[in-house]
Amino acid sequence: MTTRIHAILKKYPSELLTEWLNVMTTGGMRRDALMKEAELREQCAEFLRLLTQATEQGNLTDITGASFTQAREMLERLSRSRSLQGFSPAETATFIFSLKQPLFDRLRGEYASQPQVVAEEMWTATLLLDRLGLYTTEVHQRAREEVIMRQQQEMLELSTPVVQLWDRIVCLPLIGTLDSGRTQTVMETLLQRIVETGAEIAIIDITGVPTVDTLTAQHLIKTVTATRLMGAECVISGIRPQIAQTIVHLGVDLAGVVTKSSVAGAFNWALKRLNQTISAQQSLRASGKA
Amino acid sequence: MERIPILRMGRVLLVTIQVDMHDQLAVTLQDDLTAKIVETGAGGVLIDISSLEVVDSFIGRILGNIATMSRVLDAQTVVVGMQPAVAITLVELGMSLPGIRTALNVEKGMTLLQASMDADEVVLEVADASLED
Repeated sequence: MTTRIHAILKKYPSELLTEWLNVMTTGGMRRDALMKEAELREQCAEFLRLLTQATEQGNLTDITGASFTQAREMLERLSRSRSLQGFSPAETATFIFSLKQPLFDRLRGEYASQPQVVAEEMWTATLLLDRLGLYTTEVHQRAREEVIMRQQQEMLELSTPVVQLWDRIVCLPLIGTLDSGRTQTVMETLLQRIVETGAEIAIIDITGVPTVDTLTAQHLIKTVTATRLMGAECVISGIRPQIAQTIVHLGVDLAGVVTKSSVAGAFNWALKRLNQTISAQQSLRASGKA
Repeated sequence: MERIPILRMGRVLLVTIQVDMHDQLAVTLQDDLTAKIVETGAGGVLIDISSLEVVDSFIGRILGNIATMSRVLDAQTVVVGMQPAVAITLVELGMSLPGIRTALNVEKGMTLLQASMDADEVVLEVADASLED
């Protein structure tokens, strides 16, 4: 079964293309800075071709069907590339919606004597193009979400370096806000490194943590407790004045946790704890005096 | 019946848990260990759980109980080699096992145990000396 829309698409491919491009130009929807005219023309031509192909079976309502696979894939590519080029989702969807005008004009011209048919076909065409337009928006959004997910993952991996300061002493400098997901990773990484290095003391430095709420404090205490269960000791350093105030106001009990003002202080404490000392060499001391 | 072996090394009892603990096994261990401490007059207990990969709240509680019981029976207890996953699980279960002393591995645990047992003896000697004066 051939639909009237398919017939139109098949009959006037080049006219539709020209008119479509005209609509986009006059409607101010073209962004020459972002995309060349030849490229746009190519995309339009391809979409028209695939749409003609897709509607051949008479399926004009279900864009998830097999006949629309190629058209969908093309729109997906287009939407992704456009989101990278800096188009907004509205602009990408308008690209599809602007096909309505030339298509309707052609329908009206072709079936001028049957207003009933024109109205029916216009409704079908509107539905179809709306769905396709919304599909591009959906893809656009999905592409954005993927980017966000990836960045989150990268941040998680980036944000938990456990560094070895000395024999049996490791340090974990925390930077940025701590949420439960991140704290979980932090805890796991720290404990894993303690096993690997055989560290006896772990220094958690929170100089780079801007704020602490009850949940974060709770997580910190959990980390300290887990470290103790593993057989290592934990010291927290670099607590900011505001954070100290918050902790006390929140009534968080840090009684069982050793705290030092700076990493240097914590390191010093750790060395004492392990009965180790650092001293300047005699010759250096002498030259320093001279 | 399946049992967890308790080895004696000088004044220390060594318990190595190398199978997945189930509830009955844990209770049996608790009975065996307390009996053994009294029987041998051990001064220290070292529990190695480095092969233990799964814990639940019951096993966590039994571990805590064993440590407390040993202390009551005058034996220092050190739990060594807890896996990160186990530590995280216990913390998430809200069991921080405050009475238990821990060490990273058997070697460090043994040093810790020896040191604290020696410390006990020193106190005794000093007390004796001061009595003679």
